[in-house]
Amino acid sequence: MTTPFIQFKNIKKQFGALEVLKGVNLSIAKGQVTVVIGKSGTGKSVLLKHIVGLIHQDSGQLLIQGEPLDGLSKEKSCRFKNKTSYMFQDNALFDFLTVYDNIALPLKETSKIADAALQQKVHARMKQLGIDGIDNKYPSELSGGMRKRVALARALVTDPEVILFDEPTTGLDPIRKKNVHTMIKAYQKQFGFTAVIVSHDIPQIFDLAQHIALLDEGIILFEGSGQDILHSKIPGVQAFIQGKSSMEHE
Amino acid sequence: MITCYIEAIGSFFVRFVASAGQFFLFFMSGVKQIFSLPVQTDKILDHIWFIGAKSVFVILLTGLFTGMVLGLQGYYTLVTFGSEAALGTAVSLTLIRELGPVLGAIMITARAGSAMAAEIGVMRMSEQIDALVTMQIDPVRFVFTPRLFAAVLSFPLLTALFDMVGIFGGYLSGSLLLGINEAVYMDRVIHSVKMTDIWGGFFKSIVFAFVVTTICCYRGYYSHENRQGEFGAKGVSLATTNAVVQSCVCVLICDYVITSFLV
Repeated sequence: MTTPFIQFKNIKKQFGALEVLKGVNLSIAKGQVTVVIGKSGTGKSVLLKHIVGLIHQDSGQLLIQGEPLDGLSKEKSCRFKNKTSYMFQDNALFDFLTVYDNIALPLKETSKIADAALQQKVHARMKQLGIDGIDNKYPSELSGGMRKRVALARALVTDPEVILFDEPTTGLDPIRKKNVHTMIKAYQKQFGFTAVIVSHDIPQIFDLAQHIALLDEGIILFEGSGQDILHSKIPGVQAFIQGKSSMEHE
Repeated sequence: MITCYIEAIGSFFVRFVASAGQFFLFFMSGVKQIFSLPVQTDKILDHIWFIGAKSVFVILLTGLFTGMVLGLQGYYTLVTFGSEAALGTAVSLTLIRELGPVLGAIMITARAGSAMAAEIGVMRMSEQIDALVTMQIDPVRFVFTPRLFAAVLSFPLLTALFDMVGIFGGYLSGSLLLGINEAVYMDRVIHSVKMTDIWGGFFKSIVFAFVVTTICCYRGYYSHENRQGEFGAKGVSLATTNAVVQSCVCVLICDYVITSFLV
């Protein structure tokens, strides 16, 4: 059996008295699209933020290719984090920077890339995502869909091996949602990165996912493929997919 | 009942030590980044423009009126002793040693410090600082270091401007309005001010630059970690208020401490 690229081993996280993650076990394979679904407020984003070090677990281990992230040498940890991009739910674009500067920022700040090469790379990404020609606009001047694409361009500009998407389609209309899904699928195929997506787009997201994990009450209730989840007999899984609340059952 | 008091005191003490440690680490990390390459020239120039150049007008205005009021008050106090000729000495030394650095720092806090806290606070609340972390960009280096560097350069220059305009204000009210001989006023200014007074004023303004910028940036940076549990717009407004109040209080405390060593 191959070692998972990223593995959560009995991860627990508590905020004050609120226990969000109660022992999460999850394996993420390299080069695959893993989708984490679950009710709002169950800790999906918290789970994702552990991978980039924005949140640290209270107990348990987060393994990167079999090695604990906390125990990695500074060099190895930096190498992993440099290869990881995070796309925030609300985009987290810098409102005081133009679209071009937003996309160029990670390369400008962390590499010694020449201006001409940087310009070429940023414009290539902008063209691929259909946002060329808006270099000098500010995020506040763009529509929600455009901002999402700018955030995606920023996430892709460093040629990452892992991209973490925190609800990438929140606030988008169904057509744009589909476009974002298609875009992620196409780019994942083209660049071969490992994608972890937190999403509520059920069942549309199942077309994109190669692996699905359902987070419920702080634990992974289900793991498997899109087909598996549709036929799962685990109590609570079908109810969640079909959008039935516990009150309806009663 | 007694255990409750002991608990409250202990909890306050722990919180105080923890936040003092956090503040010190934030400050040291910002200072350390000043010496790390590459130098963030563009950002430093941007902040010099914002903290320094854009504060010139308010410094000119406050400096002028402070000097004019010193001229008026000084004249009416000195004239009772028949020593109104010493107005130049009183105005220039008061401004260069105390009021220039202190009032200058307070005015810069009000104009630029509040903006720093609010801007960084909004960055924190909208996850822009988290985004920097995910991009492997040191957020302290990105948001704090250029502002600190720019403030250390701008504060002494603005203080010098405040002093000069203030002395001119004293001349306007003392000589032009109240009739003190212009030559006497200027002669007293030139002969009473020593280089040690000027260096002392500059030293104070540099210390205030560190104090004001660190407090304002720190408050904005940790605007999500306030004891009142305020988030979003309220968290930012609380951070901004705290930044301005604490900066002003610390400027006055530091002024007393430095003065007690300088005199």
